[in-house]
Amino acid sequence: MLDRDEDILKAAEDWQKAGHGVALATVVETWGSAPRPAGSNLVINDDGTFLGSVSGGCVEGAVVTEALDVISSGTPKMLEFGVADETAWNVGLSCGGTIRVFVEKVG
Amino acid sequence: MKLATLAEVNAERAARRPIIVITDTASGEQRAVKAADFAGDPLHAELDKHLRMGKSGMIEVDGKKLFLNVYAPTAKLVIIGAVHISQALAPLARSLGYDVTVVDPRTAFASPERFPDVNVVAEWPDVALPPLKVDHYTAFVAVTHDPKVDDPALLHAFERDCFYIGALGSRKTHAKRGDRLKAQGISDAQFARIHAPIGLNIGAVSPSEIAVAIMAEITATLRLPKERAA
Repeated sequence: MLDRDEDILKAAEDWQKAGHGVALATVVETWGSAPRPAGSNLVINDDGTFLGSVSGGCVEGAVVTEALDVISSGTPKMLEFGVADETAWNVGLSCGGTIRVFVEKVG
Repeated sequence: MKLATLAEVNAERAARRPIIVITDTASGEQRAVKAADFAGDPLHAELDKHLRMGKSGMIEVDGKKLFLNVYAPTAKLVIIGAVHISQALAPLARSLGYDVTVVDPRTAFASPERFPDVNVVAEWPDVALPPLKVDHYTAFVAVTHDPKVDDPALLHAFERDCFYIGALGSRKTHAKRGDRLKAQGISDAQFARIHAPIGLNIGAVSPSEIAVAIMAEITATLRLPKERAA
């Protein structure tokens, strides 16, 4: 995608350098009418602050929770959200799409 | 992602140079490849294609699922000449995602009233262009019809290696332009890079249709493989 996002990757770098635990979440696959294209980033730090978007607001809450987990474990995770998934429905990806989000620790 | 990789991605983005991050989503293994290093990379065909399309996505290589995240700069469009065509071209280009600037030293032409919501610079190219940081990710269009304005602007576009350079004018006008630019040291190969008459030949008549022809040609140059581009 064209690089028109606010500079969230720079924020991730700055957080990490300032001593925060940081995770990077990236949309890697989409099916149906997913709100954000593959390549979209969300960055999260260890006090729960996040910037960017992987779904236009639908599943960010759940991604942040998982990201905090990844920050403490250091092990990357693949998350999937879709309408067929009861949990995803609860957190609200109601647009009919399915997305897969890769969450990794920075550093 | 390693901090060093993230820092490298950010440095390339800040310099408006493309970079692709390749992630094995099963193992978490990761590397970043700068556009300048694509040619020597085993995945160069996939990297080229994804960058051209400006599209991130999954690929499968030797049974491994790899995610290619493409970080490409926002393309700019510089329009020399605040003329009628430009009034149609600027909003069209913006809707296609370009950062648009219109340059024309004639203040009566380069007025905000004629170009609402567009960055308009009412200066000669030698003053207007350097601050715009014209680069490879810039499409450059000269449509004033006036050599005093178009010629120095085109010389700047060559110097900055714009991915698309187009100039308005008939074949006859363009031949005369060739004589002038070559006298200023432009090579035949460089001159041949100018798209003139400007725009894909779609039989465009009105300024709006000419704008469509120009943006179609710019899109083709950006997205098609080099040998197929118009």
